[in-house]
Amino acid sequence: MAVSVLAPLAVGVPIVGACLLLVVGRWAPRPLVDWTAVATAAAVVVLDVLLLLGSAAAPAGHVATWLGGWGPGGPLGIALVADPVSAGAAVLAAALTVAALVYTWRYLDSAEAHFHALLLLFLAGMTGFVLSGDLFDMFVFFELMGAVAYALTGFRVEEPSSVQGALAFGVVNSFGAYVTLTGIGVLYAQTGQLGLAPLAVALQEHPPGAVVVGGFVLVLTGFCVKAAIVPFHFWLDDAHAVAPTPVCVLFSGIMVELGLYGVFRVTTTVFGPVLPEADLHRAFLVLGTLTALLGALLCFLQRHLKRLLAYSTIAHVGLFVAAFGTLDPAGTAGGALYVAGHAAVKSALFLVAGSILDRYGSVDEIDLHGAGRRARLLPWLMLLAGFALAGLPPFGAGLGKAVAEEAVAEAGAPWAPVLFVLVSAVTGAAVLRAACRIYFGLGSRPDKDTAREDTTGSGEEAEVGGLLQRIPATMLAPIVVLLAGGLVLGVLPGVPAAFAVAAGHFLDRAGYLAAAFGTVAAPPAPPAASGWTASGVALGLVSAVLAALLALAALYRDRLLHPPGPGRRVGVAAVGRLRGLHSGHIGDYLTWLLVGVALLAVLIGVPVLLR
Amino acid sequence: MTVLHVSAYLVAGWLLLAGAFGIARSRNLVHAVVCLSVAQSGTYVLLIAVGYQSGASPPVFDGSTPPDVAARSPVVDPVVQAMTLTDVVVSATVTALLLALAVQVAKRHGTLDPDELTSLRG
Repeated sequence: MAVSVLAPLAVGVPIVGACLLLVVGRWAPRPLVDWTAVATAAAVVVLDVLLLLGSAAAPAGHVATWLGGWGPGGPLGIALVADPVSAGAAVLAAALTVAALVYTWRYLDSAEAHFHALLLLFLAGMTGFVLSGDLFDMFVFFELMGAVAYALTGFRVEEPSSVQGALAFGVVNSFGAYVTLTGIGVLYAQTGQLGLAPLAVALQEHPPGAVVVGGFVLVLTGFCVKAAIVPFHFWLDDAHAVAPTPVCVLFSGIMVELGLYGVFRVTTTVFGPVLPEADLHRAFLVLGTLTALLGALLCFLQRHLKRLLAYSTIAHVGLFVAAFGTLDPAGTAGGALYVAGHAAVKSALFLVAGSILDRYGSVDEIDLHGAGRRARLLPWLMLLAGFALAGLPPFGAGLGKAVAEEAVAEAGAPWAPVLFVLVSAVTGAAVLRAACRIYFGLGSRPDKDTAREDTTGSGEEAEVGGLLQRIPATMLAPIVVLLAGGLVLGVLPGVPAAFAVAAGHFLDRAGYLAAAFGTVAAPPAPPAASGWTASGVALGLVSAVLAALLALAALYRDRLLHPPGPGRRVGVAAVGRLRGLHSGHIGDYLTWLLVGVALLAVLIGVPVLLR
Repeated sequence: MTVLHVSAYLVAGWLLLAGAFGIARSRNLVHAVVCLSVAQSGTYVLLIAVGYQSGASPPVFDGSTPPDVAARSPVVDPVVQAMTLTDVVVSATVTALLLALAVQVAKRHGTLDPDELTSLRG
């Protein structure tokens, strides 16, 4: 089988599977539906892995497929282009879909076949988005991914908060997508091209004017919304808090990161030499730092477990933006490793949160104080995942953090390790604190009355018929396998080198263009791979210890000295103001989106045009 | 660029911004979803305007005429028209889905006013 048929198959197979499920799902017994869905997603994993191996083995690291009988020579036609990073993202998406489907087995008893069909369609949208070599196709797959995601978020239509979160998610994301489409229209008007490669060639010919830079900012907007970069992030915490748990796994583990894929695919492949790298680098560093700090702060303040994890995703996205924003192979390799390691850990944590909801009927950390004292395995898994999130070696997330922080520091931000350690420690600490409270009953019993800004997790409906008496194996197995996967990623010796090669191909614009035009390009020089270093291990341990200390400090807050009065009042007021911005109000979120477009224009457009 | 083009681009930008303003100031979720469609209409106008040429014929070729012969007379760009059609399909799907969610919000919360929906905060 030729490598080139794999990409269309990887997009088509889940769509066929979804249609099949919709047709037979009405009569078929639930186990058959479960098996069909898992088998389809597993088949996509196999196809994606073959595609990954094929693209890695190709001389220039890219495999292009032309659809509909068009070829690389002609003026028309749409290509699917796979490189190790896009194929790797597709593998991650398919693998997480398998995990989510296995978990759905017992979870979501009420789910009928259309839940499985939606998950498969979501997989098709994600796969198509990463493999597409055409800007308009990216938009179409982006919207397919989006529409399915809104439906999945609001899947439990009887839940008031579910439908509210889904609606806000839908309006904000779709508006972002239309802004992207406007940008695509502007670029098409300038160049007459839609394919990433022809567009890149056409843009190279003349210096970037205001219209091209404006088009770039507009195209980036939709992807930034999906990636939940501050101030485009508001939809994420609402959507994650209300979506069914298996869906959260896909949202946090891969969908948000695909937004980043869009941002950096367009930035490097299409606009690579057109826009000055220093300006882009600075813009991404600013956005990443803002996102990371805000996400970490709000993560630590949550008591609703799923919201806590959602903000932690925002914090980590900020770190990814800083890493990919270096636009060099080391940063990209670190970012990709961090994304993969984070996906394993964060998905496992969401599944733990789902198990807590089904076992105890709430995801509120304070209500559940000591509720899980008799649990045996899950407490330890949650603690382990909390430490892994904080960057404890030898987990994959820790390895990604180590490589990324070093790369960002070398790219001109020597303070980066402080940011990475602080943010990962705070998000890890929030998880550790919740685990200690729920499963070990540690900490003084906090007063029940809540801050005005709090969303409690006690109103959530369990997603099974009645509360579970014990957690079934189909819910435990994905958690264990995901954590083990995160561990393997960090200890397997060849991993850093493989990610470095993949990052080299991702940034190899000449190779991408050659694949898309059917010519031959020299493979890029293999970049130096950096794995665990002494300083990386040390900083990972520092984060883990810091996370533990922060968690203990939060648990025994009332026994610690209170900071002096006025400073404390100002701090509380400022934090309250910040949390008040996350109002759940569609109009507010859309206004922030427009502010974000202006921010992008100021950060990227103005410096480029003033040059 | 002709006056027609400039005015079409202005209309496209106006629709996008008017839609955004409508969502931002909306007091009713059905209104907000329709405003989203208004914003999207801006993209239709933009795309069609991008492909338009004054005096060109529609991109419809007689099956017997080879395209290179037909290409000697200017035609408007069919690519953007295909994109617009795709966009319309996307819009129909998304609008229908969001309106269905708005109906559910009305049923579950008893209101469609975003100012009164306060269950997701902080």
